Amino acid sequence: MVENAPDVVAVDAATMVFNEGKANQVDALVDVDLHVAAGDFVSLIGPSGCGKSTLLRLIAHLLEPTGGELAVNGKTPDQARREGDYGMVFQQPGLFDWRTVQKNVELPLEIEGWDRRRRAERAKEMLDLVRLDDFYDHMPWQLSGGMQQRVAIARALAAQPSLLLMDEPFGALDEMTREHMQAELLRICAAERTTVIFVTHSIPEAVYLSSRVVVMSPRPGRITDEIAVGLCADRNEDSREDDVFFKRITEVREALRAHHGDQQPDGGPRRGIEDR
Amino acid sequence: MATRAASIARVLWPPVLFGVLFLGVWELIVWAYDIQQFLLPAPSAIWSALVEEIDNVWDAVFVTGSNALVGLLLGVALGVAMSFVMMRFRVFNELATPLAVALNAIPIIVIVPVLNNMFSISTEVPRRLMVMLIVFFIVLVNVSKGLRQVQPLHMELMRSYAATPWTVMVKTRIPNALPYLFTALKIAAPAAVVTAFVAEYFGGRQNGIGYGITSSAATSDNDVTWAYVAGACALGVTFFMISVGLEKTTVKQAGPRRPGGATT
Repeated sequence: MVENAPDVVAVDAATMVFNEGKANQVDALVDVDLHVAAGDFVSLIGPSGCGKSTLLRLIAHLLEPTGGELAVNGKTPDQARREGDYGMVFQQPGLFDWRTVQKNVELPLEIEGWDRRRRAERAKEMLDLVRLDDFYDHMPWQLSGGMQQRVAIARALAAQPSLLLMDEPFGALDEMTREHMQAELLRICAAERTTVIFVTHSIPEAVYLSSRVVVMSPRPGRITDEIAVGLCADRNEDSREDDVFFKRITEVREALRAHHGDQQPDGGPRRGIEDR
Repeated sequence: MATRAASIARVLWPPVLFGVLFLGVWELIVWAYDIQQFLLPAPSAIWSALVEEIDNVWDAVFVTGSNALVGLLLGVALGVAMSFVMMRFRVFNELATPLAVALNAIPIIVIVPVLNNMFSISTEVPRRLMVMLIVFFIVLVNVSKGLRQVQPLHMELMRSYAATPWTVMVKTRIPNALPYLFTALKIAAPAAVVTAFVAEYFGGRQNGIGYGITSSAATSDNDVTWAYVAGACALGVTFFMISVGLEKTTVKQAGPRRPGGATT
């Protein structure tokens, strides 16, 4: 990585308050700093309602912060969104069921004004990358949930964004499919050299995927810890048995517990966090 | 193709069998109890009346059918256009919705005499306007729902692409509204026939199925009356089949979609 390269994402003292000044005011995020360099894979983890999805939506400019500064590739989030700097994957695939798989992947390219031939080429390239090369002409509802989510990833990466924003993309998948998709995602991101910000509430998922895990606490949402994972770059299924893997899982779990224990006097399991 | 023909046959035989049995029992009862023609004619008598009067019945079916068709087309065009206006201008939506609801609450067929007075009673205009009004509301309610009720996730996705309102309309809202339009058509097509037919009961030109039924019933030509009823029935089924066929060819690709919300 080049020294002093500008951060892909720079969040400084971001604050997000919903319904400000009203009875149902919610302090979703308070004074959040987050810097993500090119090539990083950063996971945001925390219990439900800690504002991790809100932070992702601020970066995507799907929400306006009520305070603080955000920059994406050195631009305002609004400008970055307009210039197609990021691709986004949600928990649900959100495919258009009146379009074929290929036409779904072409959607962002159509909006960016690519010509028909280049669109088709790029869509096929992306579908090869996510290993759905036999399904160009299928309709989304003919595909399984995991396959649909792979189409969504292909769509998010089609326009060659430098940044991939993922909001619990594998949350609705079963455990087997989920582990398979995690490995696939690492392979795809390595091939496309994409920077990723990944929201999850699964500790093993965060540790397996990330170069860095950012731990958040619930309302008001704050970043309480950052843990560098340090698994080798070419991690594989065996990495899940690695000592470092288990050590980091324990670290993340303790980091979550440290800022949460006071709300769980019985020491019971924390809501919204998966140990699996 | 053989399997397709077989599957059509499988769908068709129960209603056909039932129809034949029904007509048979009807014929039998009329014959066994010696029921007079002016009370209930036998199916065979209706059939011979239909054969004898086929030119008149056909003319009447054509008149009523073209009223229904013209009204249907105008109503669909106007309903779709108004849905877009209401989509584009929120104010319009808030102004027009209560008005539409109020208008729709009138037992709408009673407007026919008013329309007959407003427009020349010696033309088909009042009847076609009546059909148009009925169809308009059905289409308006369903299509504006389809344009509006886009999945929030799809809207967020389009926003992440910085899509213009025009792009959102063309790529998301209109495809989303298509099944709603066809739901509306399936309801509106038979309703158009019924309206065109009932509108003839309120005076005007003496040429449609409604007139054929009232005038033959007045002279107790019951078998002829029933021949006209058969014509009306055939017309309604035809309209329904056309709208179903249109839906099949147009939204075939969409597969098992959530059904468009049916609202009349």
